[in-house]
Amino acid sequence: MFVGFMRIGMMSFGGGLAAWTRQEVVHRRGWMDEAQFLSGYALSQLVPGATNVNLAVFVGTQMRGVPGALACFAGLVTLPVVIVLVAGTLYLHNHGGIWFSIALSGMGAVALGMNLGLGVRLALNNIRRVGPACVTLAITVGIGVLGYPLPYVLLVMMPISLMIAWLGRGR
Amino acid sequence: MSPVLLQLFLLFAGLSMLAFGGGAGVMPDIQRASVEYYHWMTAAEFLDLFAISRAAPGPGSLIVMLIGQKAAGLPGAAVSFLGMFLPSCLLVHFVAKGWHRAAQSNWRPVVERALAPVAIGLTFSSGLALMRATETGFMPHAITVLGAAAFAFTKINPIMLLCGGAAAMVLTSL
Repeated sequence: MFVGFMRIGMMSFGGGLAAWTRQEVVHRRGWMDEAQFLSGYALSQLVPGATNVNLAVFVGTQMRGVPGALACFAGLVTLPVVIVLVAGTLYLHNHGGIWFSIALSGMGAVALGMNLGLGVRLALNNIRRVGPACVTLAITVGIGVLGYPLPYVLLVMMPISLMIAWLGRGR
Repeated sequence: MSPVLLQLFLLFAGLSMLAFGGGAGVMPDIQRASVEYYHWMTAAEFLDLFAISRAAPGPGSLIVMLIGQKAAGLPGAAVSFLGMFLPSCLLVHFVAKGWHRAAQSNWRPVVERALAPVAIGLTFSSGLALMRATETGFMPHAITVLGAAAFAFTKINPIMLLCGGAAAMVLTSL
């Protein structure tokens, strides 16, 4: 698990960790199926804090309790922490060139795209009905486009989503 | 503990507990606190640190270590790290334990199904919010949209996509 999350940490240049985590946890290692991953991903977003770090702790706890959580957390952050500190030290001593930051912004743009693309993939694989599709759409537009505060939107949408799931149970 | 270390710890512990839906949501608050309130750095320096943390592998939230390092050296980086991750990791650990215990309950499958569209909606909305906050001009938006399509519908290696995005950005700025 340490090694698995170390791979996730090291692959995710420019962000896009959720996509890498799904790749490693669901497809490469088969630790969770897509539905388990998705609910863990949702809970990691709902609990405050960095989603991807939360997700690592969630996966670790599910699989092996406290040692698992520590292994996944340490695997995910150890090398990135060292790299960030080295990069920070270099930066504080001599400021990076303009081309460096332009290239960085290109990578960041792709990483953002990867997260949105992950959303598209998850939606195509997991949303089969009109009700859940409306929940996804309402959250996307409410927070992402209209800029309503996330807690308020979830306070409204989470009960609606629970009701839809409850009514649709057994189908 | 010196005042600045305590300030760093409390700032990030507090903000991490407000970061529903991920760290990106409190990035503007982090910026305001470290530039305008505590004067640990200038606005331009903050943007540079943001770019470094985005480009480095691993969670983008590691930017708190860079801010801590700028404000108070390595001890600053360490307390910022603890503040950012200790409370939220403990919280998610207990949530995960409860979730695990509920494996056989009859409410968990319902909650699981209810959470799926929420997770996907939050993925889209945080992506859109980050686009608005960090991307200006046509090219970054175009790269993000193309990257999203390529990632969703093709099997192109993401590393190649990242390199392509960097190259496209550099070439169009020549």
